[in-house]
Amino acid sequence: MSISSTTPGSAAAGEQTVEETRPGTARTGHRRRKAPLSEGKKQERKLGWLLCAPAALVMVAVTAYPILYSFWLSLQRYDLKFPDERQFVWFENYVTVLTNGYWWTAFGVTMLITVVSVVVELVLGMGLALIMHRTLVGRGLVRTSALIPYGIVTVVAAFSWRYAWTPGTGYLANLVTPEGAPLTERASALAIIILAEIWKTTPFMALLLMAGLALVPDDLLKAASMDGAGWWQRFTKVMLPVMKPAILVALLFRTLDALRVFDNIYVLTAGANETSSVSMIAYNNLIRGLNLGIGSTMSVLIFVTVAIIAFVFVKLFGTAAPGSADEGRR
Amino acid sequence: MAHSDRPPHRRTTRSRLLAAGAAIALLAPLAACGSDDEGGTPTLNLYQFPVQDMQTVIDTCNQAAAGRYRIVYQVLPRAADDQRVQMVRRLAAEDDSMDILGLDVTWTQEFASANWIREFTGADKSEVENGTLAGPLASATYNDKLYAAPNNTNVQLLWYRKDLVPTPPRTWDEMIEASLRLKGEGKPYQVLTMGAQYEGLVVLFNNLVASAGGTVVSEDGKTAVMDAGTVKALEVMKRFATAGVTNASFTNSIEDDVRLAFQNGGGAFQLNWPYVYSALQSDAPELAPNVTWARYPSIDPGTPSRVTIGGSNLAVSRYSRHPAEAFDAVKCLRNAANQKFLAIKAGQPPTIESVYADPEMAQAYPMKQEILDELKDAAPRPLTPAYQNVSTVVAAQLSPPSAIDPQRTAAELKTSIQEAIDSKGVLP
Repeated sequence: MSISSTTPGSAAAGEQTVEETRPGTARTGHRRRKAPLSEGKKQERKLGWLLCAPAALVMVAVTAYPILYSFWLSLQRYDLKFPDERQFVWFENYVTVLTNGYWWTAFGVTMLITVVSVVVELVLGMGLALIMHRTLVGRGLVRTSALIPYGIVTVVAAFSWRYAWTPGTGYLANLVTPEGAPLTERASALAIIILAEIWKTTPFMALLLMAGLALVPDDLLKAASMDGAGWWQRFTKVMLPVMKPAILVALLFRTLDALRVFDNIYVLTAGANETSSVSMIAYNNLIRGLNLGIGSTMSVLIFVTVAIIAFVFVKLFGTAAPGSADEGRR
Repeated sequence: MAHSDRPPHRRTTRSRLLAAGAAIALLAPLAACGSDDEGGTPTLNLYQFPVQDMQTVIDTCNQAAAGRYRIVYQVLPRAADDQRVQMVRRLAAEDDSMDILGLDVTWTQEFASANWIREFTGADKSEVENGTLAGPLASATYNDKLYAAPNNTNVQLLWYRKDLVPTPPRTWDEMIEASLRLKGEGKPYQVLTMGAQYEGLVVLFNNLVASAGGTVVSEDGKTAVMDAGTVKALEVMKRFATAGVTNASFTNSIEDDVRLAFQNGGGAFQLNWPYVYSALQSDAPELAPNVTWARYPSIDPGTPSRVTIGGSNLAVSRYSRHPAEAFDAVKCLRNAANQKFLAIKAGQPPTIESVYADPEMAQAYPMKQEILDELKDAAPRPLTPAYQNVSTVVAAQLSPPSAIDPQRTAAELKTSIQEAIDSKGVLP
């Protein structure tokens, strides 16, 4: 995605999918103020909209309906255990959840996992991307082996981590803490969850960053080095600025993904010792507790959090946002 | 995104064939679902946790049915939570391929309240009630109606080392004192029981509350009570956890941890389910002759203890297409002969009183009299549809037991249990 949205060829904003239209339309609005569109341009845009309409409609059907439905459920007392006591309670569920200690604990845990894992992944992923980009011998082999963790199903990987950290069956537990059971204590359990996340998704980060690296022109680097720039200067003054859009996309994807962390926690601790993430606690209330009202409230709150983070990212990085990069380079 | 810049492409014959094939492959299982009755004999799907030798019982019943129905055993996962989640999700989607459900005693009210299981009436009801112990029967009842047939039951006993303790303690205070005495003498002294943050901790709490004559939730299951008896129970629990008689991993122990700790010779007392006895015979034969059992300790020396009932019930799904046959199958699966078979083969204590008198039982269950005594005076867990939620919040607030402050904990529990009952509580 990062590639298509940053190449100059994909200028027709209408052809982009929902998540990319927002910055795209913002840009066209900006342009319209400058100069009215020609007749041909208008036609082109109309065609663009028509072409993407089916995809947009499908997206609306499969995403907007569930979102609206869970919002509707979140306004009700609706517990499958008590089908007769279903009633409309407005925002009572939101008050219940937002004044609850368990929710905020889970929120804090989620934020901790997100921030720590994304930062570490960015650093490691950048290193891995540079290695994959620069390798001359056995390029395919290096790239494939770097991607293996990402190819393993999360639950399967999580189980192997769990066994590894369980005293008695695991090599890691006996190696690192011969006396304790690291998965039964909060701090060590959280560290293991973060480690499993990082191990699993660093390759994904590296893949996105490598796509960004491919955009850095060799001539630019050569010119910089002619001017006397050292390795670090070339990296920070040339490569990083050119890669900025790719880094933004990678960070955004990983942040939103990390925010929804579920599988690793479900397998590793099942949320014991206050290691639940928001997704975990929403699952516990919705599926295990059969409480559709409270559970949907949590889902809506997670959705709102995701939307805010996406908004902040796009605002913060301004022109580097996907879809507007071509303008910056012209 | 890929679909936007893909060149316009024409559907080839091959891709059409592929699409048609995929559609057939998707629809075929649906067709198979609908057509299983055409053979004449209705298939009854029994969704139950894994039970050793269960297939033998099913074969016996299928033979007795003589073509009226055929029970198929659909084995659920081992973990109780996974069993419940799978059944609940299917029932919420009105899955008509489930006929007979093996329910933990604590789920029966929940499923009944959600309208997912059928009431037993008329002859079915009287056949199930006839000769069944009162405690297990209460666990299958909701709003004075019978919603399930008690299949097996269970109670915890006190297991102790007779080489260390000549007479079994009758109360918790006596047990703690005996343990401290042994500790002073440098002998194995620990009192081992389940203290991790899970259902087992709630069972311990419920045992203490019932023995102290307290009430957690009102009889109609709608109000949190938490009276003086519950405060007394919390005091005993706190004293037990802080007296220095538990082992280091008490707050992290579930049934099997407790069993293993006792088998390894670490404890003088163990409060656990009867399965530990047969395990002890095979796993620690040198220790086994020194271990015997007694009724679970009480709180007041004059009043015998009352302990929590475990076990499972069989219910008929609301969405079953063959309810009449399903009720008959349930009656067969849990009849006295089959209960005796599973009691001996799978170690499930029966719910029909007469089975205990059977001579074959004496060998497999030397402790059957104590089990029966406890069962006749047993304490059900709070009978509310919201039991899962109540249990989760109780376990969370009682963990770790050493941090209990009886008055304050009781007040906090009252609030959070009431919220759980009113579906306002948030589960951790």
